[in-house]
Amino acid sequence: MSTLLEVSGVSVTFDGFRAINNLSIQIAEPELRAVIGPNGAGKTTFMDIVTGKTKPDEGRVVFGDRGDSLLGMSESQIAQAGIGRKFQKPTVFEAQTVRENIAMALKNKRGPFDVLLRRKTENREDRIRGISDEIGLTDALDQQSGSLSHGQKQWLEIGMLLAQDPRLLLVDEPAAGMTPAEREHTTDLLVRAAKTRAVVVVEHDMEFVRRLNCKVTVLHEGSVLAEGSLDHVTKNKDVVDVYLGR
Amino acid sequence: MKNTFIARNPSVLWFLAGLAIFTILVTVMSEATGLGLISTSFLKTLGKTLCLCLVAIAMDVVWGYCGILSLGHFAFFGIGGYAIGMWLMYARTEGIVLTSLEANALPPTVTEITDAVGGQIFGVVGSSEFPMIWAFSHSLPLQLLAVVLVPGLLALVFGWLAFRSRVTGVYLSILTQAMTLALSLYFFQNDTGLRGNNGLSGLQNIPGLEDQSQAVVSLWFFWASAIALALGYVLFAYVVSGKFGSVIRAIRDNEARVRFLGYHVEHYKLFVFTLTAMVAGVAGALYYPQAGIINPAEIAPIASIYLAVWVAIGGRGRLYGAVIGAALVSLLSSWFTGGSAPDINLGFYVIKWTDWWLVLLGLSFVLVTLFFPKGIGGIFDALAKKTPPDREGDFGPDKGAWRNEEGEPS
Repeated sequence: MSTLLEVSGVSVTFDGFRAINNLSIQIAEPELRAVIGPNGAGKTTFMDIVTGKTKPDEGRVVFGDRGDSLLGMSESQIAQAGIGRKFQKPTVFEAQTVRENIAMALKNKRGPFDVLLRRKTENREDRIRGISDEIGLTDALDQQSGSLSHGQKQWLEIGMLLAQDPRLLLVDEPAAGMTPAEREHTTDLLVRAAKTRAVVVVEHDMEFVRRLNCKVTVLHEGSVLAEGSLDHVTKNKDVVDVYLGR
Repeated sequence: MKNTFIARNPSVLWFLAGLAIFTILVTVMSEATGLGLISTSFLKTLGKTLCLCLVAIAMDVVWGYCGILSLGHFAFFGIGGYAIGMWLMYARTEGIVLTSLEANALPPTVTEITDAVGGQIFGVVGSSEFPMIWAFSHSLPLQLLAVVLVPGLLALVFGWLAFRSRVTGVYLSILTQAMTLALSLYFFQNDTGLRGNNGLSGLQNIPGLEDQSQAVVSLWFFWASAIALALGYVLFAYVVSGKFGSVIRAIRDNEARVRFLGYHVEHYKLFVFTLTAMVAGVAGALYYPQAGIINPAEIAPIASIYLAVWVAIGGRGRLYGAVIGAALVSLLSSWFTGGSAPDINLGFYVIKWTDWWLVLLGLSFVLVTLFFPKGIGGIFDALAKKTPPDREGDFGPDKGAWRNEEGEPS
C-alpha cells in the first residue's frame, strides 16, 4: 500500500467562514475509506478541493506516484490524471441513453479530434457491456437515462466512474434515496472497486458505513477529529460529543 | 461506415432526397431551362434561402447542440460575403478598365491599370488608393481561402478568449453581440477600405461569365447553394451524431459534470464555434453574389438575432428544424415585406404588412418560445409519438424506487 493522495495543511475560507481548517488526510492505494461528519463539517468541500472545483487558500494536495500537485490543474486535467467523482445528487445526462452516458465516461483520449474521428469498436461495446452488467443496467442500455429510477441513476453514475477507470474514486453519499436492496448492491460495488483502487466514500448513514467495514475519518468544523475503525471512532469521546451524541 | 452513419441518421437521407427533388423541380421550372414558371429574381431568392438554411444549421449546431447562444454568426456570414465580394469587384472593374484603355495608342502600364481600377472602386469614398485590406483581391484562390480562414480565425481568437475565461450563458451572448456590433461599426468606416456604408455592389456580375445571361448564372448559383447545403448538412449530421455529439449535448446540459469526466470543455466549444463560423463564411460567400450587394448593415447585430429567431421557430437541437425555420421565416419575410401580402382593412385601421410584419414575427417568436419550445420540428416528434422522459420530481418507475410522497431522499 503506497500513498496515492496526500492532503496536508489545507484551509479554505468562504466569505469569512472557514469551511476547511488545516485539514490533512492521506489515502493509500488500494484502500476503502469512509469520511463522516455532521452537516457543514467540510466533507463536500474536501471533495471540491481534490477535484479542482475549489482552490484552497493554503496547503498542499499531491497525487500519484510522482507526487504531482493538483492545485494548478483544471477539473478536466485532474479527472484525466485519474480522479473520478460521484456527486451527491445523481448527475447523469438525462437526455441521453445509458449507453451514451457510459460511452462518454469510458477511458479514452479526450481531445475533440480524437472523439470526432474515432470509430466504434467491438472493444468499446464489450467494455460498455461489462460495466452495465456490473451495475445491473444492461437491459436499460438504450433507455433514456432520465427515465431511470433514482437508485438506478446513482448506479449509472457509479458505472460512469468505473468506466473512467480512475485510480481514486470520490463518492458523495452514494446510498441517498436508495431502497435497502439497492443499498446492499451499492456496498458490494464499492467494496469490489476498492480492491484495485482507492475509494473515498462520504456518507451520513452510519449503518451504511458499518457495512463498508473500513477505516473511517471523522471530520468536524473543517478538520480531522478522529481516524480509525468505526468501533474505534465511535468510542472516541470528542466524536460522541459533536456527532453521535446529538 | 457510410451505411451505418445513414442508418443511424435516417433524417439525413430524407433531407438529401427532399433537397434533390426541390432542386430538380426548380431547375425544370426556371427560365434558363425553358418552362419559365419561376422568374430569375425568385430563383435568386430561393438560392439565397438555401444559403440562409446553411448558416441556420451552423447556428443550430452551436446553439441547439452545444448551448452557445452566439449572436455573431451572421457577422461571419457577412465576412464571407465581403471576402468573395472584393474579388468580384476587383476582377470585374479590372475587366472594364482594360477594355476602356485598349483604345489608347500606348499599352497601359501596370500602375496605370491599378490606379484606374482603384479610382473606379474607391471613387465613392473619395479615394483611389488600394487599402492594405485589398492586398489579395486580385486573386480568386486567396479570396476564397479568406472566405473560410478569416471567419475561422476571428472565431478562434474570440472564442479562445471568451471560453477560457469561462464566460457562459447570457453574458457570452452579450459578448458575441458586442463583437458583431464592433465589426459592423468597423466596416461602416470609410478608413477601413471597404467602401464604408456603400458596401460592395455589382456582385451579381461574375467576371468571366459575361456571356451568360443572369438566368443561367442564377441557376448555377442555385445549384452551388444546394450542393453546399447538402454537404453542410451531412458534415454537421456527422459532427452531432456519435460520441462527439454526445459530448457537446452533455456540455449544453451540464458543463461542469463534463469537466469532471475529464473533457476539456473549452476545446470542444472552440471547435464547434470555429467550425460553424467557417461554414457561415461559406454560406455568405454564396449568398452575396446572388444578392448583388453587401453593406455593413448586413452585419449588424439584428441580423444575428434573426438567425437565432429562425432556429428557435424551426426547432433547436435538430438540423432539419433549423432548415425549416430559416426557409419558412425568410421566405415569409420577403413575401410580407415585398408588398405581395394583401393589406387587411379593419375599417378604422389598415394593417399594412410592410409595417406590421416585424410585429407578427416578434409575436410568433414569443408564442413559439412560450408554448412550443421545440419549434416546428417538434411536430415530427408528435407524429413519431416520441415523448421525452418526464421524471421531474418522481424518482423512477421501479416499485422499490424512492417515491415523491416520501419527500427528498436523504
